[in-house]
Amino acid sequence: MQWRNTPSRYGVLSILLHWLVALAVFGLFGLGYWMVGLDYYSSWYRTAPDLHKGIGILLFMVMLLRLLWRLYSPAPAALASHGRWTRLASHAGHAFLYLGLFVLMISGYLISTADGRAIDVFGLFQVPALVSGLPSQEDIAGLVHEYLAWTLVIFAGIHALAALKHHFIDRDATLLRMFGRDSD
Amino acid sequence: MLKKTLAALALGGALFAGQAIAADYAIDKPGQHAFINFKISHLGYSWLYGTFKDFDGSFSFDAAKPEASKVNVTINTTSVDSNHAERDKHLRGSDFLNVSKHPTATFESTSVKSTGEGTADITGNLTLNGVTKPVVIQAKLLGEGKDPWGGYRAGFEGSTTLKLKDFDIQKDLGPASQEVELILSIEGVRQ
Repeated sequence: MQWRNTPSRYGVLSILLHWLVALAVFGLFGLGYWMVGLDYYSSWYRTAPDLHKGIGILLFMVMLLRLLWRLYSPAPAALASHGRWTRLASHAGHAFLYLGLFVLMISGYLISTADGRAIDVFGLFQVPALVSGLPSQEDIAGLVHEYLAWTLVIFAGIHALAALKHHFIDRDATLLRMFGRDSD
Repeated sequence: MLKKTLAALALGGALFAGQAIAADYAIDKPGQHAFINFKISHLGYSWLYGTFKDFDGSFSFDAAKPEASKVNVTINTTSVDSNHAERDKHLRGSDFLNVSKHPTATFESTSVKSTGEGTADITGNLTLNGVTKPVVIQAKLLGEGKDPWGGYRAGFEGSTTLKLKDFDIQKDLGPASQEVELILSIEGVRQ
């Protein structure tokens, strides 16, 4: 296996990034859902949001890397068995996942930086507030963050179901390619 | 001598004003010489202060007949500000003020009882988070008189203590933080 993608298979880096992002997205969703319901006296009340924000910033950086890598090393061609609509739907779906993730992460950033506070990433570095003090910034960003998070997690679920459908019903290499298998 | 005359004139003016029928005042919103603040204990260790930035109201007041006074205040609860965006977002949400459901809080006085020189208990109905309950605001006249720009002003400060649970505020902030003190510090311009 090699780092770069080839026309017929994914390279190691793309595969690692894919599964890392999948883990982070579902992890952040669960963490976010859980932390907003925490009791004020819970020992996690302060650490869970810090963790959520820190991982979120790191995920943003990973997603930037992933996007750049995708431009540098394009994804393999669609499987020959995939028809026009399948290709179109998968392109649109992937585009929505990328775009949605970026909007989701930016909306989260805009909540925490709405009053000019920086976001601390595990004490390693701080991301300064670039946009703050917009009218109702934290509330609007908060609504976007909440609804988009649900939308994306449901959409990622559909993405996973589609992969399983390809694997079990169409019996093609779609899912296995994401584990490094060749197209045929 | 001149000073004494001026003082006498001022006193006369004040007395004359006092004898007039209760005058109507509008809260000085344009100049924002009015604040509605709150404070609540944090863990029992410190005070957390916050404010409602947007509110309006009026009162009528006559120093000679404080019992005839009336107060009306409407607060835009969305304007809550505790100098921390994430907390303010939380305060606006369903754990606290439910501002999307209850965007305004109101206080309307029902009776005023003088309790001493320049002090009074203002009883009225407070509607907050959709719950209406009678509360008593202990108020103090801070001062009144002509302003330097041709108007006439009167200022009060009053406070009342609310149990969060009484106003259906769900979040439990701990044993030291069951109550919040609402502080109204208001200057009115006579209309």
